[in-house]
Amino acid sequence: MAVWNNYGMKRRHFMKHVATAAAAIPALNFLSHITAHVDTVRSRQKACILMWMGGGPPSIDIFDLKPGSKNGGEFKPIETAAQGVQISEHMPETAKVFQDLSLVRSMSTREADHSRGRYYMHTSYVPNPTVTHPTFGSVVSYQFSQQSHSLEIPAFVSIGGPSGDAGFLGMAHAPFVVDSSGRIQNAPSDENKRRLPGRLAMLEEVEKSFINSGRGDLPKDHLNVYQNAVNLMTSPQMAAFNANSSSSALGLEQESSQTRELYGQNAFGRGLLMARRLVEVGVPFIEVNMGGWDLHQNVFRTLRDQRLPQLDQGISALVQDLKQRSMLDDVVLVWMGEFGRTPRINQNAGRDHWAASWTTLLGGGGLNNGQAIGATDSDGIGIADGSKSYLPGDIWATVAYALGIPLNTVYTSKRGRPMKLANGGTPVRELVG
Amino acid sequence: MPLFFLNVGLMITLGLSLLSGSSTSAVESVPSTVEFIDQQIARGWDDNEVKPSRPAPDEEWVRRIYLDIAGRIPSLQETTDWLGSRDPRKKSVLIESLLDGSDYVRNFTAIWTNACIGRGTPRRVSRNAMEKFFREAFAKGRPWDEVVRDLVTAEGHFEENGAVNYILAQTQMRDDAVQLTARTTRLFLGIQVQCTQCHDHPFNNWQQSQFWQYNSFFRQVRRIDRRRQDPESGRIVDDYSEVVRGDFKGPVYFEKRNGLMQVAFPEFQGRKVDPGTVDRRAEFGRLLMESVEGESPLIAQAFVNRMWAHFFGYGFTRPVDDLGPHNPPSHPDLLSRLGADFAAADYDVRQLIRWITNSQAYSLSSKLDKNNRIDNPSAGEMPLFSHAYLKSMEAEQLYDSLIVATNAHQSGNTGWDKQERQRRRWMQQFVVAFDNDENNEATTFNGTIPQAMMLMNSELTQKAVNAEEGSFLHQVLSRPGSDGKKLQQLYLAAFSRRPTRSEISRARRLFRVYGKTGQVAAFQDLFWALLNSNEFIMVH
Repeated sequence: MAVWNNYGMKRRHFMKHVATAAAAIPALNFLSHITAHVDTVRSRQKACILMWMGGGPPSIDIFDLKPGSKNGGEFKPIETAAQGVQISEHMPETAKVFQDLSLVRSMSTREADHSRGRYYMHTSYVPNPTVTHPTFGSVVSYQFSQQSHSLEIPAFVSIGGPSGDAGFLGMAHAPFVVDSSGRIQNAPSDENKRRLPGRLAMLEEVEKSFINSGRGDLPKDHLNVYQNAVNLMTSPQMAAFNANSSSSALGLEQESSQTRELYGQNAFGRGLLMARRLVEVGVPFIEVNMGGWDLHQNVFRTLRDQRLPQLDQGISALVQDLKQRSMLDDVVLVWMGEFGRTPRINQNAGRDHWAASWTTLLGGGGLNNGQAIGATDSDGIGIADGSKSYLPGDIWATVAYALGIPLNTVYTSKRGRPMKLANGGTPVRELVG
Repeated sequence: MPLFFLNVGLMITLGLSLLSGSSTSAVESVPSTVEFIDQQIARGWDDNEVKPSRPAPDEEWVRRIYLDIAGRIPSLQETTDWLGSRDPRKKSVLIESLLDGSDYVRNFTAIWTNACIGRGTPRRVSRNAMEKFFREAFAKGRPWDEVVRDLVTAEGHFEENGAVNYILAQTQMRDDAVQLTARTTRLFLGIQVQCTQCHDHPFNNWQQSQFWQYNSFFRQVRRIDRRRQDPESGRIVDDYSEVVRGDFKGPVYFEKRNGLMQVAFPEFQGRKVDPGTVDRRAEFGRLLMESVEGESPLIAQAFVNRMWAHFFGYGFTRPVDDLGPHNPPSHPDLLSRLGADFAAADYDVRQLIRWITNSQAYSLSSKLDKNNRIDNPSAGEMPLFSHAYLKSMEAEQLYDSLIVATNAHQSGNTGWDKQERQRRRWMQQFVVAFDNDENNEATTFNGTIPQAMMLMNSELTQKAVNAEEGSFLHQVLSRPGSDGKKLQQLYLAAFSRRPTRSEISRARRLFRVYGKTGQVAAFQDLFWALLNSNEFIMVH
C-alpha cells in the first residue's frame, strides 16, 4: 500500500527507520478512509497544541458534571454552543466556542500514580523498565524531521514544564523546555555569536576521535543536540518565544496588548499565546503546562477562584484567535492530565486520583467538533452501559490523523522490538468520520 | 599480610587513616568480597558469551574514579602526578586518598541531599542543615543504618537537627504522610509500595494494606510551622519549622476499590507492632536494622544496589529502587552477598566503595567491540558489566568539573558557603517542579538543548575561556613552552589525557587559519571546544 505522510517523508528514510504493518487492524473500511485522508492533508502545515494539566484535573467538575448525584459537587452545568453538550458554569467563555471543541467523556485508563500516569498519557504505553517510549511530541518531531522544511528551532517545544523523554527516538527529539515568559536561558551574547563559527570548527575536530571510538550512540546524539542548539541560537525564528516582551525583538511585530489581555496575564495564557506564535513559524508540537490540579483538598474553592477562570480564558482565547487567523482547522488541540479525580468527595472537600472514568478535551484540527463522545454513569464512577471507552492511544491516534501521520507507522526500539504509533490506538470514530 | 592493597610506605603517606577509620575485620574481608564480585560478573559474561573490554587506560580510569568518588574531574596537577607514578598499586592508593578527601564528602552529601529534599528546596526546609547532617555522616563514616534511622525518626528544630528536613520536605501537603511513606520505602528500602496506596500490587502479591501498614508508622509525624512578627515591617513571616511526635494511636483506615473501608496496623515486612507503641517511628527505625531469616535487611540491599548503579550507571534492577519478586535482579547472588557483607561490615560506606571500585569490572574500558556489543543496557538489555557504560555527568559534576578545569575557583570566590551558594544558584536554572503530591521534580539538564546552551554561552564557560589574568588558560598561555606543550596541557586539563598525534596536527592546521595575531583566540576556541565536547561531559 502507498505510505504517505504530510511531511513528504523520503522513502529512503522511511525504509531505514520505520516499518509498516497494515495487517491485523480491524475496520478496514475505516482505515482506508484514513489513508485517503492523509493524501489530502499532507500539503498543509499541521500542528498540535497539548494543554497538559499537571496533577490530574477533576474533569467531573469541569466537563462531565453530575447534577443530582452525591458525587456531583458544588457546580452547575450550563449549555454550550454545541447542542446538547453541557459543561461547568465556571467555563462560560469556553462554552461559547464549543462548536470547535469536543469531549471524550469515557476515558478509562489504568494508571493513577502521577509519574506512571504522566508517562502513560504522554506515550500511550505503560512504563516498562527495559524501554523508554517517546512522548507523543517526540514522535511528531521525529516524523517532522524526515521532511525538508524551513524550521530552525526545535520541532517540539514544552512551555512551563517537562514533558517526558524522546526515548528510543533519540535526544534530538526531546522537548525543548522554556518557561512561559519565553526567556531562553544562556542565550548567546553577540560575542558568543561572533565566535561561533571558529568554535564549531574546533569542536568538529575535537569530537571526531571520541565519536568514532566505539562507545555507542550517545556521543552521536549529543552532536545532534548541538546542531539543534546552534540552529536555535542563530535563527530569527527565536522571536516566536518573545510573545510577551515589550521590546521588539529582531524587528518582528510583537503581540498587541489586546491579544495578551485576551489570553490572560498568567502563565497559562502566556504559554498559549507563545504556542500560537510557535505554530506560525512552523513548530508542529507545543505542550503548554498548567499545574495545580492535584486537588486532594478544597477542590471547589480552588477551581472556582483560581484554576477555572484561567483555564476558561486561555482555552476560549486560543480557539478564537486561531479561528480568526484561519488556523484552527490545521491546529489540533488536546487537553488532558495524567488522570481524572475521584467522583467521591473526600473528607477534606477534595478529590483523589481516579483513572477509571474521566474526560479529555479535543478541538480544532479539522475534526468533527461540537460533540461529547462516550459517557460515564450517573455517579461518574464507571463508563455508562453501552458506551465505548478510550485509552490514550486512541486520543493520540486521533491527533496523528489530524496531523496526517500514517496510523500504520511502526517504530523499532533500540532492541529491535516493533513499536506501533500510539500503541496501536484507533482514532475516535465520531471525530474523524 | 592481609592488607590486600596497602604497603607500609603507603600507610604512612595516608596517615594510617584507613586503619583508624575502619575495623580490622572489614579490611580483611576485602579480597573475598572483591573476588566474589569478579567471579559473579565473569560468570555472567560466560553465560552470555561475551568477552570483557580491555582494562581502561590509566587516563580513562583516573578521570572516572575522580568523577565517581570526588564528583569532579582531576586537576591538571592531580592527573600528571598520578599518571607519572610508577607504583603498581597506585589505583588502590588513589581510591583510598579520594575516600579520605573532602570532595568525597561533598559529592555524596550533594547526592543524598538531592535524594532527600530535591534540588529545588521546598518551602520551610533548611538545605544547609540537611547538608550539614550528611556532611557529618559521610565525613565521620557513620554506619548507613544509623543514618537512615536518624532520618526516619527525626524530631526537633529544623536547624538544630538537620535530619528533620527530610521529614519536612516529604510532608509538604497534608496528606496523612502518604508522600513520606512512599519516599521512605523507595529511597531506603528499595521497594515501590506506592501503587498499593490505591490497589493491590499489579505484578506481585503485595496487598493494598501493605502501603497503609507502612504508613501507620508515620502517622505520628506532626510538623509545626512557626511564624513570627517581623519587627521592621510588622508582617507575620516564616520562623522555624519543627517535627514533633503527635498522639496518633489508632489504626489507619483506607478505602478498597470497591468502596469498602479497611483497617491497617503498623507492620514491617511481616513483623507486627503493637499499635499502642508510644513512638512508632522509633520502632520503625529499630525494625529496619534487623535482619530477618538470615537475609540482610532491605536497607543494606537497597543501598548496595544504588551504590552499584552510581559507579556502573546501572544497578542490578531497573529501576534501581524497585526490588521485589516481580523484578528479579540481574545478579541475584551478588546483590545478596554484597548486602550481607555491607551489613556485616557495620554499614561502612567507604568499605562498600572499596569493594566496588577495586573490582575487575569497574576497571574496564568504556570502549566496546564485537565481543561485547550485545551488552547494551541503554537498549534495554540486562547489564552484564563487560565494559564501562557511558554516563552523562550530573549537573553538579559538570559544574565542579568546569571549575576544576578552568581554575574558576581560584579567581576570588573561596569558602564553602559562597561556593555552595553559587553552585545552587546555577543549579536552579535546570530544575522543573512537577507540582503534585509526589513532590518530585525533573531537570532539563539531560543532555538536551538547555544544557548545550549553558555549555556554549554561560558565564561559567565565558570565564573559563577568557584568558584573563589568574585564569587557567592565562596560566598556560603565559608560561614558556611550545604550542604543542600548551595544547597538551589543555587536553590534560579537560580530558585527563594527552592529545594524539593526529589531534595535534589537526589542531595546528586550524590554528593557522587564525593567523599570527589570532593565536590566543585559537587557544580560546580550542578550549571552548574541549569543554563542549562529548568527551568532557561524559563519564567514561
